[in-house]
Amino acid sequence: MSDQDILTALGEIVQEATGIPADRVVPAASFTNDLDIDSLSMVEIATMAEDRFSVSIPDSELSKLKTVADVVDFLAKAGVAV
Amino acid sequence: MKDPAPARHSRIIGLGEHRPSHVMTNHDLPATLDTNDEWIQQRTGIARRGVAGPEETPVTMATEAARKAVADAGVDPAQVGLVVLATCSMLQPIPGGSSQVATAIGATNAGAYDLNAACAGFCYGLAAASDAVRLGSAEYAVVIGSEKITNWIDWSDRSSAILFGDGAGAAVVGPSDTPGIGPVVFGSDGTASGLIDMTEAGRLRLDGPAVFRWATTALAEVMVAICDAAGVAPSDLAAFVPHQANLRIINALARQIGATNAVIAQDVVDTGNTSAASVPLALARLRREGAVTTGDLALTIAFGSGLTWAGQIVTIP
Repeated sequence: MSDQDILTALGEIVQEATGIPADRVVPAASFTNDLDIDSLSMVEIATMAEDRFSVSIPDSELSKLKTVADVVDFLAKAGVAV
Repeated sequence: MKDPAPARHSRIIGLGEHRPSHVMTNHDLPATLDTNDEWIQQRTGIARRGVAGPEETPVTMATEAARKAVADAGVDPAQVGLVVLATCSMLQPIPGGSSQVATAIGATNAGAYDLNAACAGFCYGLAAASDAVRLGSAEYAVVIGSEKITNWIDWSDRSSAILFGDGAGAAVVGPSDTPGIGPVVFGSDGTASGLIDMTEAGRLRLDGPAVFRWATTALAEVMVAICDAAGVAPSDLAAFVPHQANLRIINALARQIGATNAVIAQDVVDTGNTSAASVPLALARLRREGAVTTGDLALTIAFGSGLTWAGQIVTIP
């Protein structure tokens, strides 16, 4: 799965969890500062991503994921598939 | 040895609530918290909470709620055989509060004990009360969730101070010809005991995102088990009354259980998280406001520090 595929899927997840349009979910975007996503929504996004990608995102890792690119990198390194 | 164990059912026959007269809105919170009404409502759904005055304690509030529940049930307090007080906010471990509540309501023939399962306490207490009535240990049992949780609040800690409130809710359980309280489903997980605990200074501390994650992922199967144990389909529920911790948890659980015909208790908006008091307060309010009626089925589920959780199907009195 390419980084672009992961980004597209992540955009869909963010839109479903928060209502924020998927096209705003760009690599440089900070979840807190640019997308105004709070900690509980981050948990919702993480659990939805876990289901979608069959991957585990522990709380200790989640707290380090500040930008969209951070999440894409994390998922790419985890070798996720659709 | 004799074990008469009469074969009978139990049900809730009366409810009572006590809400502190002092209400603190989000605008009234200390400025040092560096927050605002919109921020709090967006994250928690909470707009205001009751805060007990200096004269109000877990015992006095429990007494008020229990007295109302006994009156609602139309039971002579002398016939109450058991008083269970679920609380985690007594200022000292002994004496427990339950005996004082029993005496204050005139339950002079009752056994009494305190129960600490934190926010899950009422549903544990309800199961104990139900079993006591079913097995004949008590003709009537009173279970109360009562909390002055602001005893433990650090008013400079935004992650906890915005969430909690005080109050008490009570139920009277009595014998029934038909099942009125379903089998309890409960559980615990001590590996996560640090998610909601106390600081060395004796203040409540919680890891909100981790609790949110646990509640919104682990409790779905518990709710299914509660329904299965009672032979009730989610579509049969007239009310869904989860622990009132956070509106976003409540709404997530409601989506998961899929109780399409049920009113969803949202007392948290006006009451905050009252720990063990939250389920009986929310249940009593639904009935008081006419959102449910006698004979309706409600799913109660409570969860919190420990971690502990418990829930059952109940029939509205």
